[in-house]
Amino acid sequence: MKPIPTRLAYGQTLVKLGREFDNIIVMDADLSNSTQTSLFAKEFPDRFINVGIAEQNLMGVASGLALSGKVVFASSFAIFATGRTWEQIRNSIAYMNLNVKIAATHSGLSVGPDGASHQALEDLALMRVIPNMVVLSPADVYQTEKAIYAAYRYNGPVYIRLGRAPYPIVTTPDMDFEIGKDIILKEGRDGTIFATGLTVGEALKAAEVLEEKGFNPRVVNIASIKPLDKELILKCAKETGFFITVEEHQRIGGMGSAIAEFIVEIYPIPIKIMGIDDSFGETGTPDFLLKKYRIDSESIVEEYLSFIKKIKVGE
Amino acid sequence: MTIRLTKDIKYIENKCKKVRKLIIDSLYKAKSGHTGGSLSSVEIVTTIFTAFLRFDPDDPFKRERDKFILSKGHAAPVLYVNLALNGFFNIFELNTLRFNNTRLQGHPSREKLPCIDASTGSLGQGFSIAVGYALADKIDKLDYYTYVVLGDGEIQEGQIWEAAMSASHYKLDNIIAFLDHNKLQIDGEIKNVMNVLPIKEKFEAFGWDVIEIDGHNISEMIKAIERAFNIKEKPHLIVAHTIKGKGVDFIENKVKWHGIAPNKEEYYNAIKQLGDI
Ligand SMILES: Cc1ncc(C[n+]2csc(CCOP(=O)(O)OP(=O)(O)O)c2C)c(N)n1
Ligand SMILES: [Mg+2]
Repeated sequence: MKPIPTRLAYGQTLVKLGREFDNIIVMDADLSNSTQTSLFAKEFPDRFINVGIAEQNLMGVASGLALSGKVVFASSFAIFATGRTWEQIRNSIAYMNLNVKIAATHSGLSVGPDGASHQALEDLALMRVIPNMVVLSPADVYQTEKAIYAAYRYNGPVYIRLGRAPYPIVTTPDMDFEIGKDIILKEGRDGTIFATGLTVGEALKAAEVLEEKGFNPRVVNIASIKPLDKELILKCAKETGFFITVEEHQRIGGMGSAIAEFIVEIYPIPIKIMGIDDSFGETGTPDFLLKKYRIDSESIVEEYLSFIKKIKVGE
Repeated sequence: MTIRLTKDIKYIENKCKKVRKLIIDSLYKAKSGHTGGSLSSVEIVTTIFTAFLRFDPDDPFKRERDKFILSKGHAAPVLYVNLALNGFFNIFELNTLRFNNTRLQGHPSREKLPCIDASTGSLGQGFSIAVGYALADKIDKLDYYTYVVLGDGEIQEGQIWEAAMSASHYKLDNIIAFLDHNKLQIDGEIKNVMNVLPIKEKFEAFGWDVIEIDGHNISEMIKAIERAFNIKEKPHLIVAHTIKGKGVDFIENKVKWHGIAPNKEEYYNAIKQLGDI
């Protein structure tokens, strides 16, 4: 199957949810065609609220609706949905543990030509640090649909990170999805590559190349960034010698940080965190940017090989 | 180098034609970008750059200068074209809009193009930055103006009204703001998506001097700016009534042309309509 933007699955799943459940409200801030909430708006105009270009109000109104018993999906681009509104999310939503699901599209470098102002590279960190907040980052359209359902069923605030660019299909429709449970996509013994969102496809490609070179990496898809699947991560630490993590996000504060924070306490092993190295993004095609910022499959292969060497020297 | 400013209306009108063509040209080559809102701002931005803005392209951040902030940063092409025509960089560089490794980022970047007074793209923020620039000039007793261009959807942002409140509080008569009032935003008409009207009365209540003009009429634009120079103690808003996509019939007033670029056929059609310079 061709790669598909995860935001498309979001829009379609909202429509399904709308047909099943009366208490769902969808909100947007003048980006409904881009985020795909327009699909829901078309079928359920009475349960769709567009606040205009006013993201802080978006989150505040979502809070009031949730306090009145609604399950709210609030959408915008990831940069605005988490950045402009961070403190409203913290104090008006998470602090009261409300049923607001922040489904943000256009995350990461792969936003492309719009450039740095529109590329959210900090959203996982911003959302992960808030108490009560669940953070999901699906890797393809199948996982997105399941994540949206899981977010609906979960009682409390959830952040769901979605993308504009086509994401390769890396899971199957029959795979289970559960908040706090993740999956091994490829078995292996000499190191584990953890990836999330768009980079899962890159990690799988890298693993293929590494296999050809005689290595045997494991690939794990982390869709539940908070809570983490601690059992699985600990198992990987015990069974493979080191971790490589790769994400379309700052190295600081994202999925790699989350994994490191956990494992360092109970079973410290070498971890290489791959991501954007403390810089802003820029205009360009997704492929060009993933390469330039070294989170594409080739860079993963290179880091894997040099990390193995480094660890051996360390021994 | 200093730029010779001129208020010759025929000259500016002609220049606007050229600006429109270059906008369409660069967006066509970029294959993405914001066509409607770039075209609606042409007369506003070109008049400021051609008739009023005191700056030195060889020393773009000289302390003594007028400032220009495109708060509706998605209209970057109209700014880039004016910068090129005023000698900040070679006009051929416009062909790199939105390309890999370009200085002409999708939204204006001061880091990549160090003649941009403020990096913008996140709506609502450029207006506050303009207040800061104007305040600094007051503090330093410098007699320069800060020009800032807002979108009519953009003023739905709460930050706009925080900035408006502070500008009049500090009596910043050295701010001249333009509202590109094209009546459209991304999801439809302003009044249907989130009605922010009436605008004039709101800004007046916030302590601003406000006038309304035809935003495609150069002589009204010049008069409005000169009028602002003579009104003291209040910040100025020029509500410029415009047509989104102005100049190309199949783009004019079309919501869907907010964030797309012309394809080949549309490109040739548009260039033909914009006529000879
Ligand atoms: C804070 C923020 N929210 C959302 C966007 C996405 N966005 C870009 S342009 C736009 C619509 C702007 O409408 P308007 O200000 O009327 O601009 P114009 O019609 O002049 O193009 C939106 C919502 C953004 N750039 N910044
Ligand atoms: Mg508008």
